[in-house]
Amino acid sequence: MTSQSLDSFCSWLAATSFSQVLQTVGWIIPAVQTVHILAVAAVVAAALMIDLRLLGIRGREQSVAAVAGRFLPFIWWPLPVLLATGSLLIIAEPARSLENPVFILKMGLLLAAAGITLACQIPLRRDAAFWELSAARRRAGQLIACASIPLWVAIICAGRWIAYVQGT
Amino acid sequence: MFEQFLQVLQDTSIATAIREGETLFPWIECVHVLALTLVIGSIAIVDLRLVGLASRDRGVAQTTASVLPVTWTAFVFAVITGGLLFASNATTYAHNFYFQVKIALIALAGLNMAVYHLFLNQGADAWHTPALTPMRARIVGGLSLCLWIAIAAFGRWIGFTINTPT
Repeated sequence: MTSQSLDSFCSWLAATSFSQVLQTVGWIIPAVQTVHILAVAAVVAAALMIDLRLLGIRGREQSVAAVAGRFLPFIWWPLPVLLATGSLLIIAEPARSLENPVFILKMGLLLAAAGITLACQIPLRRDAAFWELSAARRRAGQLIACASIPLWVAIICAGRWIAYVQGT
Repeated sequence: MFEQFLQVLQDTSIATAIREGETLFPWIECVHVLALTLVIGSIAIVDLRLVGLASRDRGVAQTTASVLPVTWTAFVFAVITGGLLFASNATTYAHNFYFQVKIALIALAGLNMAVYHLFLNQGADAWHTPALTPMRARIVGGLSLCLWIAIAAFGRWIGFTINTPT
C-alpha cells in the first residue's frame, strides 16, 4: 500500500461512526488498553515460566512437556483478546499505529515470538520428552528460551513506544 | 510538610532529568509495564490455582514456590520504576485520584496476601490434589485477582488524567 492510500485509509477509518464512538466516549480507550495489558500479562508470564523451565532455572521437578502444557494455553488463548483489543485501538486512532514504524516493528516481533513459541511447542506434540532427550536438545531448548525472552521484552517496549513515536 | 516533600522530590536532579528528557520517561515506563505484567501474570498463576481454575494437577505449595521469585523480582522493578515516574511529577501524581486509589489497592492486595499467609493457609501442605482448595483460599485468590485487575486499570487511567502521551 502506498503511503498516500494508507493515509486515506486511515482518514476514512477514523471518520467512520464506530471510530468516532471510540474516540468520543472517554472511558473506552483506557478500558480497552487495560484489557490489552492484562492479556499481555498472561502471555509474558506464561512465556517466561516456559522459558525458565527450558533454561532449567525454575520448575525442574517437572518435565518441559508438563510446564509447556500448563502454560501454553495462557499464551494462545489471550491472543484473540489481544487482536480484538489491539484492533479497537487501531480503529480509534488508525494513523497512530498503522503509520507508525514502531507499530510495524511490534507486529514483526510478535510474528517472531509466535514462531519461536511454535518451534518449542510442535516437537513436544510428537514427543513429550523432545527437549530433554539429549544434551544437544536441551541446548536447543535453552537457545529457544534465550530468543523468546528478549522478543517479549522488545514487544512490550515497542508497545509502549507507539505512544511516543509519531506516525510517518 | 508533605507538599514540601513532594516538591523537593520533584526538584531532585534525577526527577528533573526524567521530566525534561525526551526518552527517559518512556524507557522507564517500558520497564514499569514489563515488570507489572510479570507481577500480575505470575500472581494470577497462583490465584488461579487457589481458585481452582488452573494447575489443579500441581500442588499449591509447588505452584507458589516456582512463581513467587518471579513475582518479587518483578515487583521490586515495578516499585523502583514507578517511584521514578512518580518523582518526575510528584506534585501532580500525588493529587491524582486514580494514582491514590491505585496505591490503596496495592496496599489492599498486600494485606490480602499477608492475611492469607499469616492466618488462612493452615493445612496448605495438603493442597496438592486436584480437589478444590477450602473456601477461604478460593476467596483470597479471587480477591487477589480482582484487586490486581483493578490496579492495572487504575494505573492505565492515571495516564489519561495526567497530561502525558497515552
